[in-house]
Amino acid sequence: MAEVLVLVDHVGGSVKKTTAELLTLAGRLGEPSAVFFGSEVEQAKEALAKYGAQKVYVVDDPAIEEYLVAPKAEATAQLVEKAQPAAVLIPSYAEGKELAARLAIKLGSGLITDAVDVTSGDGAAGGGPQTTQSVFAGNYTVKAHVTKGTPIITVKPNSATPEPAQGAAEVENVEISVSEAAKGARITASEERKQTGRPELTEAAIVVSGGRGTGGNFEPVEAFADVLGAAVGASRAAVDSGWYPHSYQVGQTGKTVSPQLYVAAGISGAIQHRAGMQTSKTIVAINKDEEAPIFEMVDFGVVGDLHKVLPAATEGVTKHKG
Amino acid sequence: MNIVVCVKHVPDATADRTFNDSDSTVDRVGVDGLLSELDENAIEEALKIVEAGEGEVTVLTVGPDQAVDAVRKALQMGAHRGVHVSDEAIHGSDAVGTSLVLAKALEKIRDGGDAGAAWDLVVCGMASTDGSMSVVPAMLAERLGVPQVTMASEVTVDGSKVTIRRDGDAATETIEGEAPLVLSVTDHANEPRYPSFKGIMAAKKKPMDTWSLSDLGVSADEVGLDAAWTKVESFEARPPRQAGTVVTDEEGDGAGRLVEFLAGGKFI
Repeated sequence: MAEVLVLVDHVGGSVKKTTAELLTLAGRLGEPSAVFFGSEVEQAKEALAKYGAQKVYVVDDPAIEEYLVAPKAEATAQLVEKAQPAAVLIPSYAEGKELAARLAIKLGSGLITDAVDVTSGDGAAGGGPQTTQSVFAGNYTVKAHVTKGTPIITVKPNSATPEPAQGAAEVENVEISVSEAAKGARITASEERKQTGRPELTEAAIVVSGGRGTGGNFEPVEAFADVLGAAVGASRAAVDSGWYPHSYQVGQTGKTVSPQLYVAAGISGAIQHRAGMQTSKTIVAINKDEEAPIFEMVDFGVVGDLHKVLPAATEGVTKHKG
Repeated sequence: MNIVVCVKHVPDATADRTFNDSDSTVDRVGVDGLLSELDENAIEEALKIVEAGEGEVTVLTVGPDQAVDAVRKALQMGAHRGVHVSDEAIHGSDAVGTSLVLAKALEKIRDGGDAGAAWDLVVCGMASTDGSMSVVPAMLAERLGVPQVTMASEVTVDGSKVTIRRDGDAATETIEGEAPLVLSVTDHANEPRYPSFKGIMAAKKKPMDTWSLSDLGVSADEVGLDAAWTKVESFEARPPRQAGTVVTDEEGDGAGRLVEFLAGGKFI
């Protein structure tokens, strides 16, 4: 069975949930092989084995940390030449998509971004993987496949339920060569994002977001998120007002989320926001304005002041949990 | 610095965007189009850089006839000249095909074509508002063999050195590169200006070139739907969401009913 490469998303060897999801998808297409950039593979090995990685290719080269994207793309291209995989799966975050873009050009291979599902396909896909994407703010579902080269597919978080599948996770150190041309964009400083203790926005099962209606006070939003074990998001209006950091923005120009439950507090539901949360399974909104467009798409809505409703609901949930 | 800004004409996100039934490509004719909102940030950044120093801003687009409207808007904002690559053979190109046409046009401009001087920077927006792939800037850097300094929330130019702040998922990074390079900016980099009346009048007199594929030395079978390295098998409109229950919070019962709903859905 052909290998399927999965680029591992990790921070200091701590493997993110998206990697388990990608390994599960890779298992549908062939034999999953993880590609690990960095020196902390020992911490990651167990998690990679648990979701079926038979091999772990380790690329530990200083250029990877020193320069933006291009060295990783060269390393991945060299690995593809060597392993001749049936496909390459990459997490759909900004750097992942940029890496995929460069890889597609280098290899002369077709690229599909932001897949929400990947299957082994049928005759229509010419034997290769078939992808599902959610486009135009979630209004359309598109099925597609790659017609040339090694399929390169970037996959969004929450696209699969990780299924444990014991793999050997046999480590293979890979020497790569990085060209001078790939050393053009130097990373001169890097400041890790502060840990909030909450789940990551794009991975969370529940997201509670605040908008203009918070008036800049996110405390009720955060408290409700915490009692639900949810991630916190923000609308563009709230981010533009400086009330919450950009990295928490949900919408067309921020993150796209697709949780089991999305709670929009004080968010009117402009197209810009809807594009980022429309595919959530269940949607709840709290807004003072009964005319707010968000109410057209909710499963449950409360017309009321979030500053009263959320604290009371937080208390209610706490009581319910007993 | 001389700058080329790559822009895209996209279907209006507030209209009913759809696909062509015949070939599963995006309908770019039957829906009102406009300059992709996120490209306005790229134009603004280019104008700011040139205004703080010297040089010219050229706006480049690839697309059908009406895509010229995107270039016109950029000229109204203050860009100096426009280039529109238009050719029937381009219809249905994927990002790989589009980036090939853009790269060839950028090479033609760089090597002393008839539109403007050689460029120091190519500036792009963070994504188009239709395809939203965010891959063209990286593809251009790869094809042109220049550094990519991308997803900038803040840009500083000092001589030929370009420094940006990149707000990634895990960290905020400072990235540095030497021109010539490809720069992309997010919607947090700046606040795009509105065209002034004077700008709208002046735009009418600004030079605009229209190039075909043969002007770029690209053969028709390298681009378009048939040359795409990906194929859309089917598209399906998502069923509209069923209207749910909306209650009014009277005498403080809204929270209680919300908790009931969450319990019913097994969220708590």
